[in-house]
Amino acid sequence: MQRETWINLAILLGLILVPLWAVVMDEPFTITLTTKVVILALAGVGLNIALGYGGLVSFGHAAFFGVGGYAMGVLASHAQSYTPMQIGALEVEGTKSMLIIWAVAIVFSGITALFIGALSLRTSGVYFIMITLAFGQMLYYFAISWPAYGGEDGLSIYVRNGFPGLNTLDPIQFYCICFVLLCAALLVSARLSSSSFGLALHGARQNAERLEAVGVRPFKLRLTAFVISGMITGLAGALFADLNRFVSPTMFSWHTSGEIMIFVILGGVGRLFGPVVGAALFILLEHWLGGISDFWQFYLGLILLAVVLFARGGVIGTLAGREVAHD
Amino acid sequence: MTMVLLIEQILNGLQLGVMLFLMSAGLTLVFGVMGLINLAHGSLYMVGAFACAAVATATGSFFLGLLASLAAAAAAGAIVEMTVIRRLYARDHLDQVLATFALILVFSEGTRWMFGSFPLFLDVPDLLSGPISLPGGIQYPLYRLAIIVVGLCVAAGLFWLIAKTRLGIRIRAGESDRDMIAALGVDISRLYTIVFALGAALAGLAGALVGAIQSVQVGMGEPVLILAFVVIVIGGIGSIKGALIGALLVGLTDTLGRALLPTVFGYFMDPINATTVGASLASMLIYILMAGVLLWRPSGLFKVA
Repeated sequence: MQRETWINLAILLGLILVPLWAVVMDEPFTITLTTKVVILALAGVGLNIALGYGGLVSFGHAAFFGVGGYAMGVLASHAQSYTPMQIGALEVEGTKSMLIIWAVAIVFSGITALFIGALSLRTSGVYFIMITLAFGQMLYYFAISWPAYGGEDGLSIYVRNGFPGLNTLDPIQFYCICFVLLCAALLVSARLSSSSFGLALHGARQNAERLEAVGVRPFKLRLTAFVISGMITGLAGALFADLNRFVSPTMFSWHTSGEIMIFVILGGVGRLFGPVVGAALFILLEHWLGGISDFWQFYLGLILLAVVLFARGGVIGTLAGREVAHD
Repeated sequence: MTMVLLIEQILNGLQLGVMLFLMSAGLTLVFGVMGLINLAHGSLYMVGAFACAAVATATGSFFLGLLASLAAAAAAGAIVEMTVIRRLYARDHLDQVLATFALILVFSEGTRWMFGSFPLFLDVPDLLSGPISLPGGIQYPLYRLAIIVVGLCVAAGLFWLIAKTRLGIRIRAGESDRDMIAALGVDISRLYTIVFALGAALAGLAGALVGAIQSVQVGMGEPVLILAFVVIVIGGIGSIKGALIGALLVGLTDTLGRALLPTVFGYFMDPINATTVGASLASMLIYILMAGVLLWRPSGLFKVA
């Protein structure tokens, strides 16, 4: 087996052992922290498909994260106030069922990604970075100025949504849900990368002209990757909202986009487990530095700077070497 | 809406546009010459505002504060360029985005460390306080008018610098062919530092000027930074002319949209809905404008070849 596979297995083992230890030691906070890591990693796995495999530097993935979050917020808030939604003449009941919420989050973030992608992919390079940023900001300001669902204050959901057969308010049971979803997303990501679609996508990143010359249109490939990427990040948004039982426009802000991007780059762009390592490291640093100093972001900035300047290829790139071609 | 109010709003839009130009000029130059996306440009804006507020409070002179803002932002820019930015020119945009994002964290927290979390106080100088009467019976704050004038003067100065001076020739040469100008014996790394410091000084000046009408606080640069990105993308990255047109376009669209849209929607909707829809649409308007421009011209209005 390659060294990267061993590293990936070690990471998976860590994600199983840490919460197990926390249950034995009765440390619910550690479980919650690990849950946060897993959910943010899921968002990163989504972005990694566009950024790592497709080479599409999206600075607006907060849009999908936010759409997922608001899908949960809107549905659950209607359910907890027992008022149906009015969509034109149609009346739709809210719901507290996670399964339905996930489906809605995935569908709506997919539609959003299709719309944003179809417009943004007409441009490339810096323009692509900027236009995705602009779409993210557009939704951010929309969420702030739309008063029906809390506006700037956001929405509080009092009870976590339900999953058949599980008590989601128990931290370890909610963790298990998130962990299984992360594993599923990693499986999708791995299968995608090695499928013929994935190979063509890698080709579009490395040399779009050559791909066109053999008769494959990069636009369609990229758009499909962008939509899948948005859907996974949207699902993460719904879970994140459920973790905090709170949704706010911050989920749409460009800081969120930046952070999701940091997870991917910190772990290693285009590496299957890159976002997982990145999110874990980021949350750990945040937690650890936050305990040391009030100005922890100052040190976080310095560490990030050092990673970009000196540890190219992220953590996995440094540990496993350059086995995956990056250009 | 009366004519007087409309003219006032147009002037406000111009003032925002001129400020945005000061921000975007540096951003677009740095991208045009060095090919670098600098997210930390908003931090230099903040450095300018804090330097101005600190010096103005210590000496009592707003104009000394303005000089301090130019000096502090230029110095911060030069230091950052020599220590960090220089290593990023050869990297891809992804690394540049992440590194300058990290710089924002360092700058923001560093400023909070030095000055605390509370906004600083920066007052409009006595000489420029109060309203001025414009023809047509319009009362407009003198300070805002002064910002428009200063901004337009700086814009004119910048165009002169780029078009007529030796430095400008080198900057334009750097934009069209970096390797060639280095081969011709121009100290390219010094040129880069100068361009970066120049852009930083302009951002610092903008921060100081706006600081007197808004609050001087940590994080003040970020909303402006995003607007400046919208400006340079609309104008075409690397083009100073595009930055000027884009800045005025964004300034006017944003200000007039916020002022007019709720009224416009009022004509065919009930008032409460009109205010909500109008306000939400107004806050998204410049992003819609940007998306529209990019769809029409995927490399901005004035693309640099």
